[in-house]
Amino acid sequence: MKRIQTIETRDLKKSAVTGGCGECQT
Amino acid sequence: MIHQYKLNGYSIVLDVCSGAVHAVDDLAYDIIGMYEGSTQDEIISAMLAKYADRTDVTGNEILECLADVEALREAGKLFSEDPYAGKAVDFQRKSNEVKALCLHVAHSCNLNCSYCFASQGKYKGERALMSFEVGKQALDFLVGHSGKRVNLEVDFFGGEPLLNWNVVKDLVAYAREIEGRHNKKFRFTLTTNGVLVDDEVIEFANREMHNVVMSIDGRPEVHDRFRVDYSGRGSYEQIIPKFLKFARARGERDYYVRGTYTHHNVDFTEDLFHLADLGFTRLSMEPVVCAPDDPCALTDEDLPVLFEQYEILAKEMLRREREGKPITFYHYMIDLEHGPCIYKRISGCGSGTEYLAVTPWGDLYPCHQFVGDDAYRMGNVWDGVTNTEMRDEFKHCNVYARPECADCWARLYCSGGCAANAYHAAGSITGTYEYGCKLFRKRMECAIMMQVAKYQETMKENAESMCPDV
Repeated sequence: MKRIQTIETRDLKKSAVTGGCGECQT
Repeated sequence: MIHQYKLNGYSIVLDVCSGAVHAVDDLAYDIIGMYEGSTQDEIISAMLAKYADRTDVTGNEILECLADVEALREAGKLFSEDPYAGKAVDFQRKSNEVKALCLHVAHSCNLNCSYCFASQGKYKGERALMSFEVGKQALDFLVGHSGKRVNLEVDFFGGEPLLNWNVVKDLVAYAREIEGRHNKKFRFTLTTNGVLVDDEVIEFANREMHNVVMSIDGRPEVHDRFRVDYSGRGSYEQIIPKFLKFARARGERDYYVRGTYTHHNVDFTEDLFHLADLGFTRLSMEPVVCAPDDPCALTDEDLPVLFEQYEILAKEMLRREREGKPITFYHYMIDLEHGPCIYKRISGCGSGTEYLAVTPWGDLYPCHQFVGDDAYRMGNVWDGVTNTEMRDEFKHCNVYARPECADCWARLYCSGGCAANAYHAAGSITGTYEYGCKLFRKRMECAIMMQVAKYQETMKENAESMCPDV
């Protein structure tokens, strides 16, 4: 068994480029 | 910065700034814990000593695990630096676009709940109902100040909005009339105490309301302790059949039952499970926020009990999901893979900037929690935001404006917390409400643990379907 299992998550650093449209709910 | 914790049999490591989540075994957990403050030799010695009785923990195994940790560090998924402080400054210069309004269509209520933050719906002022003209102007203000944003949100709020139901319906009709020509999509939410819910309300809400928030506190004796009418009678028996009918009629549409727990029911999971057993599947329960000397105020002695309650809830939700009878809990509804971008995580709810509350008279406030406090009046729906200094203050009100948050692992999950709670607890919107912080961190640990559990169960099912004999 792998000792470290990385869960799929959104990369916050990349989201600084792809995000910020403001269309999400508040 | 990382955060490590163990919960429900899972050992979890969060990398705060990248958002990465790792499920690890005991050896990796300990190695990661020592990684930044120890040499490789010190780590190897410590691990060999600690796991001397484990045949699977050898020098080579430890070296291999160390290499995995280093690879994750180099990939920016462990011990990553915080590159966002500069982004926060950029974001503070963002435009003055508005995308959501909380319309106080009624400053009046047919219940008399003593713990109500809105002073029984009157917000420390006079009873009032919003006119169609004021509401129409508010919608025009929203469309006119929303820039290129397509999705606009309007919450019908109070007091009790159903006391002004005809105006609500007229405003929805007006919004539908104008949204096409302005390339906008309105999403409406209705928050109600349920007293006036009937078939006509249900039918209209199911056609037009993106979400419905139903106020119920839980068990009959808990609900009726505070949620009473003006003659002192509890409202549980009156509203439960109506809300059950409403919830069933919602089908796949969003709704959630929202309760408040206080010092009198710190065993609040009993209330959530009561609601679930009645048939409500989408739940939320908020800790009361009130003056510390109020008899219903939560105390420091309550905290360990509340922490345990959140753990009980997470475990029970996983159990119910495995049995095919899932329930949701608002604070556990995180989406690790498709969740919010860093800008949303820095700016939070957007109160005072992209989210504003509108009183029945058309005055603008940073959010519903500030309504009634004249110092926080920001303008009105005819002239727009005239107190631009206050808007700028809220623009700067993010997680990086709070020194207390600098060392907190949860800062990019909460964005620095609720400005109103901070204002009421610390006297400043850039303060912190520490009690709320402690509860928030516990909820996030539980929410992430649930995501890890589901991820591992899915991986296990996939592996078994690939190799059915294993």
